[in-house]
Amino acid sequence: MFTVLSTVESLERLNKNTFLLKVKAPQLATAIKPGQFCNIKVSDADYPLLRRPFSVCYTDGDTVYFMFDIQGEGTRILAEKKTGDQLDILGPLGNGFNTEGDFEVAVLIGGGIGVAPFPLLIKHLEGKEILTFVGARNSEQLIKWGMRNILVATDDGSEGFNGNVIAYFQSEANKLENKKIRIFGCGPNPMLKALQKVAEKKYDCQLSIESAMACGFGICQGCPVKKSDGMGYYLVCKDGPVFNSDQIVIE
Amino acid sequence: MIDLSVQIGRLKLKNPVLLASGTVGYGNEIAEFTDLSKLGGIVTKSLSLKPRIGNPPQRICETASGMLNAIGLANVGVEVFIKEKIPFLKKLNTTIICNIAASSIEEYVECTRILTQEDAIAAFEINVSCPNVKEGGLEFGNNLQAVAKITEKVKAVTDKPVIIKLSPNVSRISEFAKIVKDNGGDAVSAINTLVGTAFDIWTRKPKIKNITGGLSGPAIKPVALAKVLEISRNVEIPIIGIGGIMNWKDAVEFMIVGASAFQIGTVNFINPKAGEEIIDGLIEYCKKMSINRISDLTASYEI
Ligand SMILES: Cc1cc2nc3c(=O)[nH]c(=O)nc-3n(C[C@H](O)[C@H](O)[C@H](O)COP(=O)(O)OP(=O)(O)OC[C@H]3O[C@@H](n4cnc5c(N)ncnc54)[C@H](O)[C@@H]3O)c2cc1C
Ligand SMILES: Cc1cc2nc3c(=O)[nH]c(=O)nc-3n(C[C@H](O)[C@H](O)[C@H](O)COP(=O)(O)O)c2cc1C
Ligand code: FES
Repeated sequence: MFTVLSTVESLERLNKNTFLLKVKAPQLATAIKPGQFCNIKVSDADYPLLRRPFSVCYTDGDTVYFMFDIQGEGTRILAEKKTGDQLDILGPLGNGFNTEGDFEVAVLIGGGIGVAPFPLLIKHLEGKEILTFVGARNSEQLIKWGMRNILVATDDGSEGFNGNVIAYFQSEANKLENKKIRIFGCGPNPMLKALQKVAEKKYDCQLSIESAMACGFGICQGCPVKKSDGMGYYLVCKDGPVFNSDQIVIE
Repeated sequence: MIDLSVQIGRLKLKNPVLLASGTVGYGNEIAEFTDLSKLGGIVTKSLSLKPRIGNPPQRICETASGMLNAIGLANVGVEVFIKEKIPFLKKLNTTIICNIAASSIEEYVECTRILTQEDAIAAFEINVSCPNVKEGGLEFGNNLQAVAKITEKVKAVTDKPVIIKLSPNVSRISEFAKIVKDNGGDAVSAINTLVGTAFDIWTRKPKIKNITGGLSGPAIKPVALAKVLEISRNVEIPIIGIGGIMNWKDAVEFMIVGASAFQIGTVNFINPKAGEEIIDGLIEYCKKMSINRISDLTASYEI
């Protein structure tokens, strides 16, 4: 963990609301693992005050990529960055996905901007069969950048499967019956909750979850998620953001 | 050479920069970013006798130049603290101030009685901004008699300096500082967080589960400065200033209005190296102002 002043290389618009930010940050680029995140100070001023957490999307040489949606004031400011701007980044944070162990097929399931950590994950899954289920409200909001073997689901049916991405995965799951699969899920809480139910006692499944955060490295206790064994809370920033599906209770 | 050391009653610090309780955990995470041995000291997360799991989420939310928190005093409890946290703190070569929060006067006393045996602990800071379970959950920090009693009884079980951390959610904070002094307290720290809330206008629900939380960060600095000044002008007691310090300029302002030392809280979440940077800034300021001893700044206001 460290703080770095990185330099913005480019900011590209992927669709109406989604951006791809590339920054030069050699130290970070070599340290980061898929599923880890960084805490970015979007402005030098006291407003917005806190850093904003973003998954690392991809790395290429000295360059670190972030993929983000405009949500509120902080991400709006981030979307105005220009090539050459300095960006104060704290990272790498969190545990990241576990890609070790015995499985043949990696099933990546992402809803909306939840697909952000997948490109780097895919890079680390060399040698595995990969299926990427990508869900979005409609075809305009679909994010395909950096994905592999994409299976699309849209809520309004404007592209691919008509319905949510979990329902699509379920309808395809029988094709994977006699293979050893591991699921990697990331997206909004209702989606993760549904995935958790589908995976229960059946699939090896890791979920990357979000939480409000102040520090991002374990000192504020602001990011609890309930342990499924009833013994209190994990900290999403330090113990997560990736958990085995059966470890946590998603509210 | 500028003398950065300060004296808070009997407690000597190598410089006036302290990290505030609840914003550094037990020191281990933030030590990855900053050299804690350079600081005046750290104040550990509020401890209670038994561990507490804390409040359910959402525990925090950002507000204009500040944040609300209702962590619920999540902590490991006295026993685990001694077994698992003290060994690391011992190695830090900085002053360790142990903060205690309890739900009864007896619990404050019991925690202090046990912890005072630990050599690693240089002083105690007593967080009185906690609900008194026996009195229907009213804050100790709102009640002069309760603060008097806690100060007196805690002092009776320890020889180490006792700092009472005052709540700003009172009308005359100087009366509380006076009662601390009258009952043998060595110093006061001010301020703890201000009670606040925030609502989502679309769902009409509170943004944090506890409904209200403690406001911290730059938004509270003017209030904190006024409280420190009020104590400084009315009571002869060392003051540790806290509230919204982001940089060395804010820190100097606190010393001018009466603080002998200061604590930084929320800024640690944003810039975990802030403490070290503030020390550098203080040295430059002293040079510019031809100040040889930083302690000369304390209560140097021109009113
Ligand atoms: C581990 C982690 C990884 C993330 N990765 C990405 C990513 O790769 N791409 C992306 O677009 N978004 C990601 N997010 C969500 C992103 O942090 C929020 O969208 C962003 O903080 C919103 O800030 P804002 O100022 O624009 O919004 P506002 O709504 O104005 O923010 C107000 C406050 O709420 C917090 N907040 C708001 N939404 C969220 C949220 N969904 N999760 C956590 N805190 C939130 C903000 O941090 C801020 O403190 C991630 C969140 C976490 C916890
Ligand atoms: C997340 C958080 C947790 C805190 N926990 C404690 C605590 O356990 N005990 C305590 O005495 N003060 C606690 N505080 C209050 C701080 O120590 C400090 O008094 C307050 O935040 C004002 O300073 P600041 O504006 O520099 O943050 C906490 C503050 C924050 C933001
Ligand atoms: S965000 Fe501070 S502990 Fe997790």
